[in-house]
Amino acid sequence: MRRRRNISLHPKYIFGILTAVCVAIMILSFLYGDKLSPVKTAFGSVLTPMQKGINTVGRTISDKMDNFQELKGLKSTNKKLENEVETLKFQNKALQQDKSELSELRKLFKLDSLYPDYPKVGARVIGKNTNNWYNTFTIDKGKDDGLKVDMNVIAGDGLVGIITEVGHNYSTVRSIIDDSSSVTGVFSKTKDDCMVDGDLTLVDDGYIRVGYIRNKQVQIKDGYEVVTSTKSTKFLPGLLIGYASNVKLDSNNLQQSGYLTPSVDFKHLDTVLVITKLKEKLK
Amino acid sequence: MKRLITIAIVVLLCFILQSTVFQVLALANVVPNLLLIVTVAVGYMRGRTEGIFVGFVSGLLVDMVYGDIIGICAFIYMLVGFLNGYCKKIYYRDEITVPIILVCISDFSYNFLYYVFRFLLRGRLDLFYYIRRIMLPELVYTALVAIFLYKALHSINGWLEQSEVEEV
Repeated sequence: MRRRRNISLHPKYIFGILTAVCVAIMILSFLYGDKLSPVKTAFGSVLTPMQKGINTVGRTISDKMDNFQELKGLKSTNKKLENEVETLKFQNKALQQDKSELSELRKLFKLDSLYPDYPKVGARVIGKNTNNWYNTFTIDKGKDDGLKVDMNVIAGDGLVGIITEVGHNYSTVRSIIDDSSSVTGVFSKTKDDCMVDGDLTLVDDGYIRVGYIRNKQVQIKDGYEVVTSTKSTKFLPGLLIGYASNVKLDSNNLQQSGYLTPSVDFKHLDTVLVITKLKEKLK
Repeated sequence: MKRLITIAIVVLLCFILQSTVFQVLALANVVPNLLLIVTVAVGYMRGRTEGIFVGFVSGLLVDMVYGDIIGICAFIYMLVGFLNGYCKKIYYRDEITVPIILVCISDFSYNFLYYVFRFLLRGRLDLFYYIRRIMLPELVYTALVAIFLYKALHSINGWLEQSEVEEV
């Protein structure tokens, strides 16, 4: 502190200088975004273990809170159900075991039959963007686990997003509901191309935007599946994005657009799968 | 030196909390902006120069880890720290209302500038939706958290000032 007092520079000048620095970095990162990634990686590598550690704390807190809420509800209904439970207990147990096994098998079967070829790596979501404007998050695997930029990320049975940045032990994923995200999709039933764009104004309603459907004649019904197109430069073909709803002809009478319900529950994203195969680039 | 290390730890801690624990505790889908509170508090308590540096470092941290264009957050946070530094003149030890009001104004300005830089320039014109959906909820939540966080930061500052007096 005393050292700074010796070199007394007026705050205005410091502000001016640092503003210039900011603008310079902005321009640099805009023009040469790739070359700055080692610096970013250095930051991330230091912060990721800390985030990981504190995340376990956060998770236990939220688990505890859930438990508490559950307990409250259970207490009030417990008395009513006690009698019923006694009679149904034995039956229920046996049935439930069967059911859980069945659903697990079903899940596995569906997942594998949907994406048979792609090799996948599981990863845990460890941090979300501190900014409320964006839907990007970090996962706990990085370069050391063989991940690369532009690898696709899925969860359950649908597309989550794409890796935009990799560090040694972490990667940043931009989800498809992010406002700056844009994916080339195709309606699997009608084979019509479309663009799927994230939009912040629709996040709360659980929608993403689908547009640029060039075919005016085709009638897109609610519930039609949209999967990633083979024409996409970065996304592997055939990944489920979501289901159409309310697709109509635009007022300019040139194309159709509407909404899409993503097949992934982005509110409760905890673990994701990263497809470790990259889309082959044209040379 | 002691001050430098303490503030660095506070900034780091707030960043980590903001990106992890508070994401779980989000209300109305927004997360309070802890780093902004720190920047405002330091600017208000310590003046422009320190406000600028703390803002710059916090913003850079956010940019480095989550941003795609580095420097935007750094600039906005720095501006917030700088402008709040002017309010050092009305700094009074036991005052809590003024810093909370400053946090509110700063948070709104921060989000507004961010909207202009990253959304308006991409043609997202629905300003009032964004005000309702992000700016106002974040403002309220941040102000609530600021009541507690400012007290903590204030006592840390008091402790640092005392130890500096003892050193001299």
